Amino acid sequence: MTRDVGFDDFLDAVEAGDPQYLVDNDGRTHLPPMPYDPATGEKGLTERPVPEPGEILTHTTTQIATPQFEDDTPYVTAVASFGPVDITGQLRDISPENVEIGQAVTLGVERSETRDERVLVFYPA
Amino acid sequence: MTDVRIAGVGMTPFGRHTERTGRDLFAEATARAFTDAGVSREAVEEVFFGNFMGEFAETQGHQGPLAAEMAGVQAPATRLDSACASSGAAVRYGVERIRAGADVVLVGGAERMNNLSTAGTTEALAAAADALWEVRAGLTFPGAYSLMANRYFERFGGDREDLAHISVKNHANAVENDLAQYQHTLTVEEVLNATTISSPFGLYDCSPISDGASAAVLVSESFAAAHNLDAPVRITGTGQGSDTFALQDRESMVRTPAAERAGDAAFAEAGIGPDDVDIAEVHDCFTVAEVLALEALGFYDPGEAIGAARRGETTVDGRLPVNLSGGLKAKGHPVGATGCAQISELTKLLRGDHVNSDVVPDAEVGITHNAGGTVASCVVHVLEVDG
Repeated sequence: MTRDVGFDDFLDAVEAGDPQYLVDNDGRTHLPPMPYDPATGEKGLTERPVPEPGEILTHTTTQIATPQFEDDTPYVTAVASFGPVDITGQLRDISPENVEIGQAVTLGVERSETRDERVLVFYPA
Repeated sequence: MTDVRIAGVGMTPFGRHTERTGRDLFAEATARAFTDAGVSREAVEEVFFGNFMGEFAETQGHQGPLAAEMAGVQAPATRLDSACASSGAAVRYGVERIRAGADVVLVGGAERMNNLSTAGTTEALAAAADALWEVRAGLTFPGAYSLMANRYFERFGGDREDLAHISVKNHANAVENDLAQYQHTLTVEEVLNATTISSPFGLYDCSPISDGASAAVLVSESFAAAHNLDAPVRITGTGQGSDTFALQDRESMVRTPAAERAGDAAFAEAGIGPDDVDIAEVHDCFTVAEVLALEALGFYDPGEAIGAARRGETTVDGRLPVNLSGGLKAKGHPVGATGCAQISELTKLLRGDHVNSDVVPDAEVGITHNAGGTVASCVVHVLEVDG
C-alpha cells in the first residue's frame, strides 16, 4: 500500500513509541498531515508528544464493514481523548461487551485481518 | 433580491432499481418536473446536478453535461458533490444563479446504489468520511453516526427506544407515499429487535440503500409572472455550512455547527425564526441524525430533541410534524438525489398536492435540512407558500 505522508509517519511514530501531535501559533492542536498553520499559512508547526494513556469518549461495535475490514468483524471503533487531541482507532485485547466510556487506553498499531494493512489501535491501559 | 419560485418538481419512486442507470433515473425525474412546471426545456439557462458515488457505482464521472443531456437541456451544466448534501447544494446554486439574474435553472440529483453489494455501497459511502483517520480505522457511516449517538447518550441521556420512535414515526408517514421505498409501518419492538449494524444502531435505525432521482425547475419572480405560471411556493432562504471533516477534530460530537450556520443563514434571509416553521424535512440518514438536526435548527435546545418523537411533538399531529414524506428512513436515500427530493416533497406538502398535505392544511412555512458526511457540510432551505 502506498504510504500517506503524515498519517503513515504518525503510525511509524506510534510503533516507535513516540507519537507527536502538532500545535499552531494560536495554540490550536492538530494531527498530521498539517504542513502549514491553517491560520497564518506559515510552515512548520510545533510537535508535542501525545500524552498517554487516553480515555475512551465513545465507541461502536461494527458488524457490517467496508471490504477492507469485512473479515475483521465484529470490531470496536472508538474515539479516545489523549489530552489535547482526540484520536480514532480500533480497540484490541478486549471483548466488545466489556468496553466502557471513560476506559483508559494506550496507542498501538496492528494489522487488519482482511488485507494485512496497518491499523491504529487502542489497548486497555 | 428577486424571489425564487419553484415552478415544478419531480421524483422517481425511490427504491431498489438495480438495473436502472443514474442517467435513466434523472431523465424520468426531470420529465416529471418539466411537466409539473409547464416550462419549456429551451428556457433553461443553467443546470446544477448532485451526485456523490457515480465513479464507484457506475464508473461514471463528469456527470453535469450527461445530466443536462438526459433532461433534454442545452445549457451550461455542473455536477456538485457534497456527499449526501449534493443536490441540496445543487438547489442552493440554482437559487443563487437566479438571484444573480437567470430566469430558469434546472436543479436535481440522482444516485444508483443497489447495483453494488452491501459492502461495496458501505465502501462508497465511507468515502464521505476522513480516508486517513476514520476509514483506515474501519469506520463506516453507520459506525460514525453510532459514535455520535453513544456520545449523545453519555452527554444528555436518552436511549435506543427514543431513537426507535423516530423510525416508527417516519415509516408511518410514508405508508401512503407512492414515491417512498418502504410503505409499511414498524413497531418500536421491531426496531429494537432488528439486526445490529453498528451499535447502538439496528437495521431500522438506518436509512436504506436506494436508487432514485429528483429534480426541480426554479424560476425568477418575473419569469413566473410573465408566463402566468402556477408556482405558489417560493424559496425565501438558503444557507450552507461546513465543519471540521473528521469527528475526532470537533469540539463536540453532539452538536452540528455546519447545520447551525446553514440554518441561521437561511432563517436570516427569510426573515423568520424556528417558531415560524410549520413543517420540516430533515436529514434522518440515521435516527440520531434527526435529533441533531432539530437541535441545530433551533427547534430544541441541545439534549432536548431526543424524546421529541416519543412525546408526539414531531408526529403528524404534533406541534412540528417532521419528515411527513417518510424522511430518508422510509422514503429512501439515494444520496445524490436526497436534497432536491426534500425540496420536491416539501413543495407538494405546501402546495396541497402531497398525499400527506391533508394533515397540515394550514402549513405555510417549511424547512429542509440536508447533511453531508457526519454533517461536515449542510444545506438548509426555507420554503413559503403564497397565502
